[in-house]
Amino acid sequence: MFPAAFDYRSPASLDEALGLLAQRGDDIKVMAGGQSLIPLLKLRFAQPQLVLDIGRLPGMNEIKREDGHIRIGALVRHVDIERSAELARHLPLMVEAVHWIADPLVRNRGTVVGSVCHADPAGDWGSIMLALNAEVVAQSKSGERRIPVDGFFQGPFTTTLRPDEVATAIRIPLPTGASGGSYHKLERKVGDFATVAVCIQVEFDGRKVKRAGIGLTSVGATNLKAKKAEAALAGRELSDDVIKEAARLAAEAAEPKDDIRGTAAYKKDVVRVFVQRGLKTALGRAQEVKA
Amino acid sequence: MKVTMRVNGAEKSGDVEPRVLLVDFLRTNLLLTGTHIGCDTTSCGACTVLLDGEPVKSCTLLAVQVDGREIKTVEGIAQGNNLAPIQIGFHEEHGLQCGFCTPGMMLVGEALLKRNPNPSDDDIRWAISGNICRCTGYMNIVKAVKHAAQLQAETAKAPAKQAAMAGGGE
Repeated sequence: MFPAAFDYRSPASLDEALGLLAQRGDDIKVMAGGQSLIPLLKLRFAQPQLVLDIGRLPGMNEIKREDGHIRIGALVRHVDIERSAELARHLPLMVEAVHWIADPLVRNRGTVVGSVCHADPAGDWGSIMLALNAEVVAQSKSGERRIPVDGFFQGPFTTTLRPDEVATAIRIPLPTGASGGSYHKLERKVGDFATVAVCIQVEFDGRKVKRAGIGLTSVGATNLKAKKAEAALAGRELSDDVIKEAARLAAEAAEPKDDIRGTAAYKKDVVRVFVQRGLKTALGRAQEVKA
Repeated sequence: MKVTMRVNGAEKSGDVEPRVLLVDFLRTNLLLTGTHIGCDTTSCGACTVLLDGEPVKSCTLLAVQVDGREIKTVEGIAQGNNLAPIQIGFHEEHGLQCGFCTPGMMLVGEALLKRNPNPSDDDIRWAISGNICRCTGYMNIVKAVKHAAQLQAETAKAPAKQAAMAGGGE
């Protein structure tokens, strides 16, 4: 298989890339690692006139701390997350979750930001970023825009990025105080998309929940943020009853469909079970860190 | 578009359409047919090559993306007329049946041993989890990579041993 013909540009500067996007944004697909886009091109689900490869832009492969956030550049690959000591210390959830994404060879090419912008409802990073309250940094000729990931996903493979914009980074607020997270994923085999996955991130104030984030994978038209469940946890201690109620609310928020990976009812129940497990894991980890 | 890359240590150029995949460039333009096309959908790993030393799926990479970079294929594994440790491992432990997945498995194994010279069974299984063997020969593939790790460790020790022996003779 090979893609339909396209023009290819691989600019050496962001300015040049933004110029192309300003002129021909509607005809362009931006490519970083290409691990989602190239399969789509080969299947001819996507037939852009121009592929804009940002793979050679300088300074975009860094994971760094800035004003209370971790900033992940647009060319940071999944494998870079696996190897990041900074993230292992501050957001171990991400290092745990990355092992569930695709396979080691794909992780050597695919990028975090590219995956979020690809907006596959079965993508893992989307729900992780929803749970972590991250924001996408978008750049265009007219300047920089920060878009909360909550609201970024419009539908399957559709985001609020404008045709003249390119995502240059994602910013994740650093947890303050004791925190813990987890990523639970059910997949049929290594490299498969999730049947269901659930991301949990909880920050504590003493024994009480200061902020809970819950992201759901593969159970809707986009990655979903289980807001009612999050709200039910805020200010509460994580007793069994509180956990059960949050899990029930999260399952209610899920909108799965029957498919080869399972029935809708089954997937909803997996959400419920994973939220319970995830919250207990997160609590245990937050206590470990404190101890 | 003109592309130039180092393939197995030698500079290679070609004139390709942007839509040409790296695996097709290697097989059709450079006649390096050791890199196989299996699923053609980023699942099986038969098309694995090393890009700047890291294993990637060459069916999911455009030749133009690799311009100026370094590729190693199965044809580049042997060390002159000698088999590399990873090849000896697959030979000794019977790490293949039909052989279709073998180029990818060996390249993944070689890259793993570079990062982790003494991998556990689990490390090896994780490393090859993006490569499918349809003869179900995973047991022997794991053994083959372990065998190669031992060979490498012995070769690394050998010069030290020789030096020690030379020292003892004085």
